[in-house]
Amino acid sequence: MAHDAMAKAANGAAGKAGLWAWINQRLPVELFWRSQLTEYYAPKNFNFWYFFGSLALLVLVMQLFSGIFLAMFYKVGADTSFDSVEFIMREVSFGWLILYMQSVGASAFFLVVYLHMYRALLYGSYKSPRELLWLFGMIIYLALMAEAFMGYVLPWGNMSFWAATVIINLFGTIPGIGPGLVEWIRGDYGIADSTLNRFFSLHVVALPLVLLLLVALHLVALHEVGSNNPDGVEIKNKKDARGIPLDGIPFHPYYTVKDIVGVCVFLTLMGLVVFFDPTFGNLFLEKANFEPANPLSTPAEISPSWYFTPYYAILRAVPNKGMGALLMLIAVTSFFFLPWLDRSPVKSIRYRGWIFKSFLGLFTISFLALMYLGMQPAQGIYITLSRLFAVPYFAFFGLMPFYSRLDPVKPVPERVTFHG
Amino acid sequence: MSEVGGLVDKLSGEPEIDPGRRKFLTAATSVTAAVGAVLAAVPFAESWMPSERARALGAPVEVDLAKLQVGQMITPTWRLQPIYIVRRDPAMVDALPKHDGELKDPKSEDSIQPPYARNEMRSRRSDLLVMIGICTHLGCLPKLFADVGDPTLGADWPGGFRCPCHGSRFDLAGRVFKGSPASTNLVVPPYSFRGENTLIIGVDNGSTKGAA
Repeated sequence: MAHDAMAKAANGAAGKAGLWAWINQRLPVELFWRSQLTEYYAPKNFNFWYFFGSLALLVLVMQLFSGIFLAMFYKVGADTSFDSVEFIMREVSFGWLILYMQSVGASAFFLVVYLHMYRALLYGSYKSPRELLWLFGMIIYLALMAEAFMGYVLPWGNMSFWAATVIINLFGTIPGIGPGLVEWIRGDYGIADSTLNRFFSLHVVALPLVLLLLVALHLVALHEVGSNNPDGVEIKNKKDARGIPLDGIPFHPYYTVKDIVGVCVFLTLMGLVVFFDPTFGNLFLEKANFEPANPLSTPAEISPSWYFTPYYAILRAVPNKGMGALLMLIAVTSFFFLPWLDRSPVKSIRYRGWIFKSFLGLFTISFLALMYLGMQPAQGIYITLSRLFAVPYFAFFGLMPFYSRLDPVKPVPERVTFHG
Repeated sequence: MSEVGGLVDKLSGEPEIDPGRRKFLTAATSVTAAVGAVLAAVPFAESWMPSERARALGAPVEVDLAKLQVGQMITPTWRLQPIYIVRRDPAMVDALPKHDGELKDPKSEDSIQPPYARNEMRSRRSDLLVMIGICTHLGCLPKLFADVGDPTLGADWPGGFRCPCHGSRFDLAGRVFKGSPASTNLVVPPYSFRGENTLIIGVDNGSTKGAA
């Protein structure tokens, strides 16, 4: 297909004279436009769940943009960071808007990415031939977690300081090298100016570059294998005489226009939060972070941002430091193995049986319950419930090779359908 | 491929390719480059170690104990870490061995402390508890609940510390209770005394006066 597009683009460009042809003989603009957009065929049955990939891209661009402007006013340093954030909030024209766009944007990014990942669980988008696409996506998720964590440290509020303390100390649980590694990451005997300064560098330069590279690889892999769809049918298996998938429609203009509708709705909702409730009831920005970092005073109860709390709940539920950190690591990395854990012959939830649906339902409830429990104090009933919900969470992954094979699946249609 | 290559070379009269030699040169160049890349990464990795300034600021600190009362705690800092110094009375010290059964590491066998603090009191002097006030779980600061049967911790609370982050509990010798996410007792830093009332945190080769 890529070769067809190349030939057409070459003919098209050669047929025209002037600047456009001159450019295209030197840079394949038209070839790129055709092969990736107007002659890239996506399944015609995309639904609501297919908004979130393009929305994630939009949020990435918005975060880069607001971040570049914040870096113009922010002054990194243990003595200056907190004051400069207040300066942005109170004295820079529209500084509050740029800062809230960035802080709400971080939560929006995770919301969109979680929905994007859940779409893959619903429709089996991680299954062959999309394993690499899924792995790139998961590495993006990890890089995003690192990016969000380091960004959270930069305002140098008290929650920033103690979040950094807890997260960096997780590396201390690695046997043997742990304590030395922690000192190396911090660059001092405690969380200090040196830690803040290197996190700033990583947050604004290194990780954004890594994220952009990974997103590019994610998109190249997507366009090589083509999108999955709510039926989990490979549209490339049924093509017309010209080699175009019968159930495919050009990404542009069909899905660009559809995605713009999604963008409008998304920006409306995000605008409502940015303008009317930027802390989102203590959930997007925590109260303790409105006071400066104090190495001698731990906030009364500390919990990370909502998007980390499912894993945090698992960490706290284990009465052993090393095991807790290990289980948390497994909880995050289990997603990587989905393409190989899932032995079902069908992709989409539409044709899966009751066993898979039950496990996915339990997993969904557990993930949300752990998210809630991770925000609660580390005691009594909350710890007990965390242990309880951790079981179906791990069972979803651990038992998948067995139940996905036993699952009574329904026959998958030849072509895509429109019943959902 | 080498056979075809050789044949073409003979016909064209070009010098023959020696595949063995080419393979060796490719491998040798790659290995040299890889070694160079690893060595070049060393200074960058090293740059993350504590700087000379951070090391200098980590020198030992002196603390005056003259005004410290029984049951009171002071928290000077050493190497950016709060040091908990608690004056204990004989009743507190005598109560320590009574709850050994509820502790994860009552004899401090898996915990970090200098040899002179590897005892039931975890200290050089029975009246003085000196520890790094950082939870061995994930680094928060445990809070002191010195009173026996403190209302927030229940009637059987023997006095000690509770971490606000993940709920680890420690006794008045910094020993961790069972059921806590922390696995080891609070760390004891190296320390020594000069005279009765001067504590030096950071060195353990000063005077050992008053060792139990």
